[in-house]
Amino acid sequence: MSAFAQLPGVAGQSTSPPAARPGRYRLLPYLLLLPGVAWLFLFFALPLAQLAAASLYDPNGSLSTGYTMTWAFGNYPAALQAYWPQFGRSFRYAGTALVLALLMGYPLAYVIACKAGRWRNLLLVCVVAPMFTSFLVRTLAWKTILSDHGWLVGLLRDVHLLGPDGRLLATPVAVVLGLTYNFLPFLVLPLYASLERLDHRLVEASRDLYASRWQTFRRVTLPLSRPGLIAGTLLFFIPATGDYINAELLGTPNEYMIGNVIDSAFLVRLDYPQGAALSFLLISAILAVVFGYLRRAGEDVR
Amino acid sequence: MRLSRWLARHWVMGVALLVLGYLLLPIAVVAALSVNRPANRLSYDFHEFTLDNWRNPCATSEMCDAVLRSVQIGFIATVVATTLGTLMAFALARHRLRGRSGLNVLIFLPMATPELVLGTSLLTLFVAGGVPLGFWTIVLAHVMFCLSFVVVTVKARLAGMDRRLEEAAMDLYASEWQTFRRITLPLVLPGIVAAALLAFSLSFDDFIITNFNSGTTVTFPMYVWGAAQRGIPPQVNVIGTAMFLIALLLVLTSTLRRGGRRLRNP
Repeated sequence: MSAFAQLPGVAGQSTSPPAARPGRYRLLPYLLLLPGVAWLFLFFALPLAQLAAASLYDPNGSLSTGYTMTWAFGNYPAALQAYWPQFGRSFRYAGTALVLALLMGYPLAYVIACKAGRWRNLLLVCVVAPMFTSFLVRTLAWKTILSDHGWLVGLLRDVHLLGPDGRLLATPVAVVLGLTYNFLPFLVLPLYASLERLDHRLVEASRDLYASRWQTFRRVTLPLSRPGLIAGTLLFFIPATGDYINAELLGTPNEYMIGNVIDSAFLVRLDYPQGAALSFLLISAILAVVFGYLRRAGEDVR
Repeated sequence: MRLSRWLARHWVMGVALLVLGYLLLPIAVVAALSVNRPANRLSYDFHEFTLDNWRNPCATSEMCDAVLRSVQIGFIATVVATTLGTLMAFALARHRLRGRSGLNVLIFLPMATPELVLGTSLLTLFVAGGVPLGFWTIVLAHVMFCLSFVVVTVKARLAGMDRRLEEAAMDLYASEWQTFRRITLPLVLPGIVAAALLAFSLSFDDFIITNFNSGTTVTFPMYVWGAAQRGIPPQVNVIGTAMFLIALLLVLTSTLRRGGRRLRNP
């Protein structure tokens, strides 16, 4: 749990707030909290409970005839069995994209935090800039970039990295590239925040003591940037695993991830029990991966 | 020899610039396609330069209706989420509370849950409760996921504030209300404005949650999604580019103003 405290929102203030003022102000904070907490309860917690209930509905019911609650726990193994490949694919694609994003995001965050000088704000704006344009419009732009008669495919064919009929669009490569692109800023920003606070005297001390650049990075910079690395990894991995837009727009049904299946369960096939069971399997799987990761990351820190 | 040393020193910078290029490339493509006359409806390739799309952004009236609807939803969701979120941030940052850690988890969880699950769970609730899907269910959903981001943003601003300024005001016989009105609010306002802008952009751009809770109501992302199957009109890229330019302008003016103020009283 300790590593969770490094994520935005959970991190408490370093200084504890003053004691409640006496008398008429005692109830004030609770009144301030009431509307927001009620909203989160009604439209976040309650829906999750309803989703849990829906995942146990009788799978033979339908939206028009109504569902009955039969505690059908069999929905879970059935859903998992039917859509195991899409599940595996979600985690494989998101994992591959995460590795790529770390390889790209770390140098970028490092340069912005430590080397950019007065260009720092401009570079930060460049990192956030993609988010100023609609997510879908940007993903469609990738369709243009990766298209079969685009310059990129032409170039790759000329240097024989792709065969004469090789293509990028509608392949796993396109989906992974899209995922990497779409969620990269979520990884770079916390990493930047962490690297920016890094005490440069420690790096200098390491160099003074004859550590090589690589050793300094490995033994000083990397461990000190760990909070940002953990937060960034989670902020990247969670939405990437649940994403289905990249698979839909840049891939084919052969690249479909679990999100595509859940979307069609709810909106096309109208099979609510299955969709709900898949949704819960998705969060459970993500939580399992996240907690496993946090536990290992936490141990390394100690 | 000198080249290899130069490379050893600067390769990180090179990689970073390449990555920036990767991040900005799609925006350049969107801008280019906004001044493109496509060869046919399903073509996404650059064909011929034209300014027609910019002169005539509402050639497809459904698209402009969708943009307008997204702006309305974004505006309502922003006002509600910013108000509720700011109240919560004040309570959390300024008062000792029972159940603070539980509250922090409740605020954090919506940001950590995949949007897909937020969308499907709301859909099951609305369907079970017989709530008709449409404009207002979208608003309810958007307020929910914007709320946490507002709380975090405003709370960060409050945490970084110098409490001694408020104490000084009180020492100088300002009432609690005067202190709040003249000292606290002006100091927190930039955080509230940032939170509102964030909320609006999150709401305006949301597709996944909206997709599950919109019924037949079409927002801009929903329009783009539907049109992607049958070929998107080039005007979509005009909206994309315009949004980018507006956001960039907002960021630049705020940075410049902050820079100017620092010059005046260092």
